Amino acid sequence: MATRSEILAKASAFRALFEARGAMVVEPPILQPAETLLDLYGEDIRARAYVTSDALRGEQLLRPDYTVPVVQMHMTHGAKPARYTYSGEVFRRQEKDPTRANEYIQVGYEVFDDVDPAAADAEVFALISQGLNGLPVTAVTGDIGILMAAVKGLDTTVPRKSALMRHIWRPRRFRALLDRYSGKTPVPATRTALLAGDGKIDAPLIGLRSAAEIEARIQSLREDAACAPLGAGQVALIQALLDTRETMRNAISQLRDIAVDLPAISDAVDRLALREKALTERGVDTENLMFEASFGRVSMEYYDGFVFGFRADARPEWPMLASGGRYDALTRRLGQGAEIPAVGGVMRPGLILELEGANDH
Amino acid sequence: MTIKLGVPSKGRLMEKTFEWFGARGVSLQRTGSEREYAGTVDGIDGVSLILLSAGEIPRELASGRIHLGVTGTDLIQEKLARWDQLVAPVEELAFGQADLIIAVPQAWVDVDTVSDLDAAAAAFRAHHGFRMRIATKYHRLVREYLRVAGVADYALIDSQGATEGTVKNETAEAIADITSSGETLRANHLKILSDGLILKSQATLWRSRTAELDDLQRETLTSLLGRLT
Repeated sequence: MATRSEILAKASAFRALFEARGAMVVEPPILQPAETLLDLYGEDIRARAYVTSDALRGEQLLRPDYTVPVVQMHMTHGAKPARYTYSGEVFRRQEKDPTRANEYIQVGYEVFDDVDPAAADAEVFALISQGLNGLPVTAVTGDIGILMAAVKGLDTTVPRKSALMRHIWRPRRFRALLDRYSGKTPVPATRTALLAGDGKIDAPLIGLRSAAEIEARIQSLREDAACAPLGAGQVALIQALLDTRETMRNAISQLRDIAVDLPAISDAVDRLALREKALTERGVDTENLMFEASFGRVSMEYYDGFVFGFRADARPEWPMLASGGRYDALTRRLGQGAEIPAVGGVMRPGLILELEGANDH
Repeated sequence: MTIKLGVPSKGRLMEKTFEWFGARGVSLQRTGSEREYAGTVDGIDGVSLILLSAGEIPRELASGRIHLGVTGTDLIQEKLARWDQLVAPVEELAFGQADLIIAVPQAWVDVDTVSDLDAAAAAFRAHHGFRMRIATKYHRLVREYLRVAGVADYALIDSQGATEGTVKNETAEAIADITSSGETLRANHLKILSDGLILKSQATLWRSRTAELDDLQRETLTSLLGRLT
């Protein structure tokens, strides 16, 4: 095991790598107001972060990551292009796996750039890859933006598309919705009874949810029941997309095939192709770089484009040694009207040192 | 050293536990005044009775400060992460049955399943500007259940008692609580989601996996468990 000072030294070395690219060093506080993070992630964050409180400031979180505070800081000072780096502890609640650290040093790099997103993606990936150079790790990439474009382009109603979009990060629920919309799962008997008008009861209405809200939902259920099921061909296209798991170059050609029947993804696939070119220009071997269309779907839901991660080859049970992605929508959410394309990544110097140590023996 | 047996310190749960042990030839009794939390064990040597709040028994078992304890499955699973590594069930006592469920107003005719709840939560958040609130004291169990079920746009509100009243009081839109007969729910105009059963619980005798035992204690434990199971 590496000592704390060794880990801090490693972290400084990584940070220097990013500073050399012109990144400004930032140091957001460890205690973060809970409100922003709770609003972004809801209850999920409570299972992942330590929540504390006092009577004066209310609930606060021990920094579970740097991205949100860095984006907030950047957006309050205007959404101009900038590069940031940071290094310090993050805290993650662990209730299932005692071998996972609940406190560790994270080094990160965030690029706010509205000129050339593909180049920014490639820059972040290539720098982190350079930091891991020589270690037995394998990178995986993905692109949440392609899946989002596919959902937007489905031949079905807007409410169905919004429901699918809302659950892109919950693969099981996403699948259940597809099954429901395509008629694979039967409509529950209680729903049929409700829509037939047998659902009335004379209980008093209590609580904040109004009769109008209940009526609106029944109306939308009626509309949904009246519209045609999602075609089997459309479901198959989504499935083919989700199953795409190839080297980046082959993935692009597979996705182009899917785009013939699902033209809505064409722009997103073009962006992937531009990214591939930018990565090649930076010396990344994209002939052997893996692309998995489903990658990143179970992580925190702020990535909405390029996503990547590096795994230790011999330690599949470890968390990622480094990971990151594009989060344009997050800058919009936190930007109060402003927005700027942004991409970033984080590294775990502690795990990286451990892997280097294991490699020496 | 004696074997320490933790039992809920008051109410029906204590009385029923005393009855259950009594029927197996182990007589548990409170001593001193009504208000003093001390007790004796007759019918077997080397066992001492510790009277505790039912909610504290999981923690005491987990830390190994008591060897055996009676409490509900709900409290064990809510309070102990990786509970199966810390405690082992010895015997279900066939009382204190309660289901941890999700309930919503009966007037929500459009909400019957957890999937309906999710859809209603999305619309609620869009309409009111905040997440649909679910009042509970079982935060971990409910959060995990809703995570697996894929429910979003909700927030848990802590409620340590009279949870069924929170909807009428407009501090929550739905609740997750334990119920045995469902009567309190009905009286408060709430209904259980048809697939909203999170956990079936009952009073259970648990053995600590972490408490250390010397030879004499091991012998006592074996003989006590022989009588009880």
